[in-house]
Amino acid sequence: MADTPIPLEVRNIKKRFGNTEVLKGLSLEARKGDVITLIGASGSGKSTFLRCMNLLEQPNEGELFVHGEQIRFKETKHGREPADWNQVVQMRAKLSMVFQSFNLWAHMTLLENVIEAPVHVLKKSKKDAIEHARALLERVGLAERADYYPAQLSGGQQQRGAIARALAMDPEVMLFDEPTSALDPELVGDVLKVMRDLAEEGRTMIVVTHEMAFARDVSSQVIYLHQGQVEEAGPPDQVLGNPSSERLKQFLAPKR
Amino acid sequence: MDSLLASIEALLADNTIFTLDTLSYYGEGLTTTVQLVFLSLIVGLIAAVPLAIGRGSKRRWIKMPIFFYTYVFRGTPLLVQLYLIYYGVVFVEGIQDTWLWVLLEKPFFPALVAFSLNTAAYTTEIFHGAIKATPRGEIEAARAYGMRYSLMMRRIVLPSAFRRALPAYGNEVIFMLHASAIASVVTIMDLTGAARFVYARYYAPFDAFLFVAAIYLCLTFAILYLFRYLEKRLLAHLKPASG
Amino acid sequence: MIDLHGYGPRLLEGALVTIELAVLSLILAIGLGLLTASAKMSRNWVAHRLGTLYTTIIRGVPDLVLMMLLFFGGQIGINMVTDWLFDRFGIDIFINVNEFVAGVLTIGLIFGAYMGETFRGAFLAVDSGQIEAGRAYGMSHALVFRRIRFPQMMRHALPGLSNNWMVLLKTTALVSVIGLSDMVRVAAEASKATREPFLFMIIVAVIYLLIASVSEWFFARLQKRYDVGFGGHD
Repeated sequence: MADTPIPLEVRNIKKRFGNTEVLKGLSLEARKGDVITLIGASGSGKSTFLRCMNLLEQPNEGELFVHGEQIRFKETKHGREPADWNQVVQMRAKLSMVFQSFNLWAHMTLLENVIEAPVHVLKKSKKDAIEHARALLERVGLAERADYYPAQLSGGQQQRGAIARALAMDPEVMLFDEPTSALDPELVGDVLKVMRDLAEEGRTMIVVTHEMAFARDVSSQVIYLHQGQVEEAGPPDQVLGNPSSERLKQFLAPKR
Repeated sequence: MDSLLASIEALLADNTIFTLDTLSYYGEGLTTTVQLVFLSLIVGLIAAVPLAIGRGSKRRWIKMPIFFYTYVFRGTPLLVQLYLIYYGVVFVEGIQDTWLWVLLEKPFFPALVAFSLNTAAYTTEIFHGAIKATPRGEIEAARAYGMRYSLMMRRIVLPSAFRRALPAYGNEVIFMLHASAIASVVTIMDLTGAARFVYARYYAPFDAFLFVAAIYLCLTFAILYLFRYLEKRLLAHLKPASG
Repeated sequence: MIDLHGYGPRLLEGALVTIELAVLSLILAIGLGLLTASAKMSRNWVAHRLGTLYTTIIRGVPDLVLMMLLFFGGQIGINMVTDWLFDRFGIDIFINVNEFVAGVLTIGLIFGAYMGETFRGAFLAVDSGQIEAGRAYGMSHALVFRRIRFPQMMRHALPGLSNNWMVLLKTTALVSVIGLSDMVRVAAEASKATREPFLFMIIVAVIYLLIASVSEWFFARLQKRYDVGFGGHD
């Protein structure tokens, strides 16, 4: 494994909002093909942790390595900030994020959404980008909807479109921030199906989710967070099948 | 009072522009501006209420002329309206021989007419918008309790519309204060007129206009706070209950 | 065009002055407005205060007073600078304040403050998730601004922008007072000379209404363009 750099590694991430410490030193290593799911109650810090990985939130402490390259930080009067925003921009282009509320750009069609970053960030030719985008939309079952605007699509369609947008970056790692939480129950299945396919073809994924079945079937590793700390972590059959922590047992217990 | 004046005079002794004499120009200017703005606002307000109701009428022959009036007066510069009325009146044949000339001779009156017509047009549209925004449920409730149109207008629609119109009307008052500066163009000695006079006399644009700008700024803030206070008092019921 | 006691051609020229003045001032005002909006949203304390001071003062003082201050004061200010340059360095220049330039600068400066408020509100109305998605995909600040924030902001800004433009158009009439030969000044001169104020003032009023109507149509089309993807306005 030493010959290929690790796609994403974070060490000892700490994050404070005001005086509350929401992340108390979290580490994670995503090797090629890993599917890591982050689970935990709301407020456990799982989404914040994910957002620290592409620096949408600035961690107060900790180190980040993307494809073996360390992100440099500097101290400013506003707190710790990346030393070189160009480095961050390049790093983000390697980590595509899929958001809970989709965040497709409302003023662009689905196709325009998918080609936007490849053309303007990766500087791909428009022709290639469109070709690639059409194939991706086909793949997520939205070939017919390429020229629709996000507002004209259902939530499930928007989220699948957002996944196509993420795939168009040929990302090293895909970050999913509760991708099905904003969807009506009957639309969740289609999105999960696309995500399962991605996992099967060996994509490296980090997924914040409440979908326990997905976590059990697809992950290579499950991390259970409680109040900004790792309460339990390991392979899914161990963490989900035979949890040792009382809290996790309660968390997994069927809700009535 | 005398000692106060004396102390002001002492304070001003060193400068050549802001003598007591000049200050009195500004003082008279302030009075004229306030009179002009206040009177046109009153006239405009009184005219705007029936106009706004008519503007929302279903009958085209009532609605259309009012719409045309507000469209023209809101769509053209106040200065053009002022010129039209000011010169228009002066050049009417034989008007100088009638009793009306006593009033019309002074530019104050044409300016008052132009300003009133102008603010009435804007206020009509403000009220019209506020009346249109009356929640349907309130109207239905009034109907359900057997209120006739006039009673419903008087008791339900207008009182709530006036309150809703308050913020926009506050802006209109400030707009009128600022617009009144063009009265100086037809030789009225309002605040701006006083400043222009002082500028011309001493060739001191910064002193003359910065001073008057400061007065306008104070007046603007006074109006702003007055309306904020009124809103607080009259719109309190629209805020969600706290706690 | 109709002769209008020989004032026809001059009135037409005046109308062109009005339109040129309005359009150039609008461009300046939009630029200043964007600058002011970013200053007021900036976390730089000085920029924030400066932006607030600018919008407060401009919106608290009549346009005509500001115009006279900048026009009459501007000439003296420039003279002071050129005199100083001469005394100090022996550079002898004379800059005469051109009425047209002064008009554009003043109206642009005034409406920059109003535009600043419009743009600030519009920027704040853009959903933060839209911007975050841009950042998450490796877009630089400039790229996010150009591709996402600006086009989405414009949708929210257009009604205010259109309104400001209509007010700006009418404000151009004030330049006639500082000696610019826009159509209002031509009409005022013609009224006095021919003693037919109704004729000239009504023509001018009609031209204003015409420009306003054309602008209204234009802004409606523009709104349609920026509303794309938002299912029309509601």
